[in-house]
Amino acid sequence: MLKLEGLRSGYGRIQALHGIDLEVREGEIVTLVGANGAGKTTLLMTICGDPRASAGRVVLGGEDITGLATHHIMRKGIAHSPEGRRIFPRMTVLENLQMGAATADPAHFDADLKRALDLFPRLNERLDQRGGTLSGGEQQMLAIARALMSRPRLLLLDEPSLGLAPLVVRHIFEIIRTINRDQGVTILLVEQNAYHALRLAHRGHVMVNGRIALSGSGAELLANPEIRAHYLDGGAA
Amino acid sequence: MRGPVRDAALAAFVAAALALPMLGFRLVDSASGLTLAGRFDLVAWAAGLVFAGRLGLRLLGGLLPSLPALPAPPARLGDMRRHAGWALTAFALVLPFLPFADRNLVDKATLVLIYVMLGWGLNIVVGLAGLLDLGFVAFYAVGAYSYALLSQTFGLSFWVCLPLAGLFAALFGLVLGFPVLRLRGDYIAIVTMGLGEIIRVVLQNWQDVTGGPNGITGIERPSLFGLSFKATAPEGQRTFAEFFGLEFSGDHRVIFLYFLILALALATNLFTLRIRRLPVGRAWEALREDEIACRSLGINPTMVKLSAFALGAMFAGFAGSFFATRQGFISPESFTFHESAVILAIVVLGGMGSQIGIVLAALLLVGLPEWFRELQQFRMLAFGGAMVLIMLWKPAGLLSRRDPTIRLGDAG
Repeated sequence: MLKLEGLRSGYGRIQALHGIDLEVREGEIVTLVGANGAGKTTLLMTICGDPRASAGRVVLGGEDITGLATHHIMRKGIAHSPEGRRIFPRMTVLENLQMGAATADPAHFDADLKRALDLFPRLNERLDQRGGTLSGGEQQMLAIARALMSRPRLLLLDEPSLGLAPLVVRHIFEIIRTINRDQGVTILLVEQNAYHALRLAHRGHVMVNGRIALSGSGAELLANPEIRAHYLDGGAA
Repeated sequence: MRGPVRDAALAAFVAAALALPMLGFRLVDSASGLTLAGRFDLVAWAAGLVFAGRLGLRLLGGLLPSLPALPAPPARLGDMRRHAGWALTAFALVLPFLPFADRNLVDKATLVLIYVMLGWGLNIVVGLAGLLDLGFVAFYAVGAYSYALLSQTFGLSFWVCLPLAGLFAALFGLVLGFPVLRLRGDYIAIVTMGLGEIIRVVLQNWQDVTGGPNGITGIERPSLFGLSFKATAPEGQRTFAEFFGLEFSGDHRVIFLYFLILALALATNLFTLRIRRLPVGRAWEALREDEIACRSLGINPTMVKLSAFALGAMFAGFAGSFFATRQGFISPESFTFHESAVILAIVVLGGMGSQIGIVLAALLLVGLPEWFRELQQFRMLAFGGAMVLIMLWKPAGLLSRRDPTIRLGDAG
């Protein structure tokens, strides 16, 4: 579904990605784990066309989308739940969800809203509340629900566990699994919480300094002693 | 105690430094020509007042926000505000016919309404889309000059020129919007301020077309469906007084102009209220909240910003052509940066995005100074003081609560 070939990009003269090859197949959850500054977020952003790739290709469902403007890319069945959630704080939950459906057919709105609220019943209770008054976990739910409102085939999730209590993280990851399994949405997940991410993912990649250092199935990577030493021990369970 | 005193002393020092050149010297016409005389007692007064004021503010400052005990906001504030809106509209409709309403009052109300309309127009750009525009008066000027020039060159009537003036202003909004697209926040303010000044300077210097600093005089007054408001109608027209069998009075035109700007302002308000519920309007607000999130949702920020700029400018253009037809005379002096600042102050004091807040702020900032003309040179001091007090009392503006555009019941 999504294929990255020799992707390079960065900010100004600073290069953040040094040739990434990666594939996400239909129906999969693929995760990218790695330390701060490894280039995970940049990778997701480059897929969305901001920053533009300086070399290499992004191919979505056979179509080269490398050079497209962000707002065109985001209309091709990709949705992005950005790092730090970035919900609209002064707008209500319902308005946030409406914004998520900005590019979708308005005829779907009611059905999509119901689907999103079934997934996150908590949001249903808070529809008239302003986004900024939600708790961190609820804001993350809203960010994911908002991304789903455009009926994406591929969902890019950037650190959904950021700053959340362990119990909430577990709940969010449960829902991500549901979105993938029951709604057939392909997911590319960027995470620092390697333990949860790898347990959830079909396949995983470890990023180090803008390159992919290790790849394998989620279970393989979880069992890898090097990964345990670097990313898991201490932070796990 | 030492902290506040030091702070107040510092403020007094700044005040003295400012007052010295502004108040401290005075040119005296004496036998030997102009000489400089000192008025240092005034400087001392200024410094003393600032010291006392600052100290008082610091000591009582904690009390200030709680001092004026506002009624607690009712559960459905939106409803109350809607009722207030209807009440204000009804009042505005009957105002010219009230017993105490003389020509002077209606004239001042017209002036306030111009600023209400400008505030509502700028609110689209600043309050909804969050683009800090300090050059809004440029579009007001474009509207005014569009009408004046079209009317004088081609003899077009006000009613033909009004939409054209709006269109021209919107086009200028698009053109001036482009350089602003890549900028954010404070930088937008600086660039728009510069663009606003450019327009004024062009108007001032393009003598052949705009008349330069002399401006344009004898601008055609508007008619009501071909009925003139002059004492004697031009060839082939009838006067308003004749048609309705009234005795001619200059008040008719004043009242007509009042209703004209009321209609234009209400149209602006209606437009804003409607568009907030449409995808474009929602995208403006979302863009104000978080541009990156907007992009990740597939929204094209370029289109959203340009549409806000152009539509805001359009309403300024309408207001500008009304201004031109009301005054009958325009010159670049009416379109200085000060005007932009006042309009922006109206939007900010009103609470960024609140329609009724803007009405209140316009009444305060434009209406009060007009009524307090007796204060003469202290007028602007009162104006500045009022602004400082409002910001201390309600830092987010008079009515800063944002009404949601959709509620649970509406969504189904």
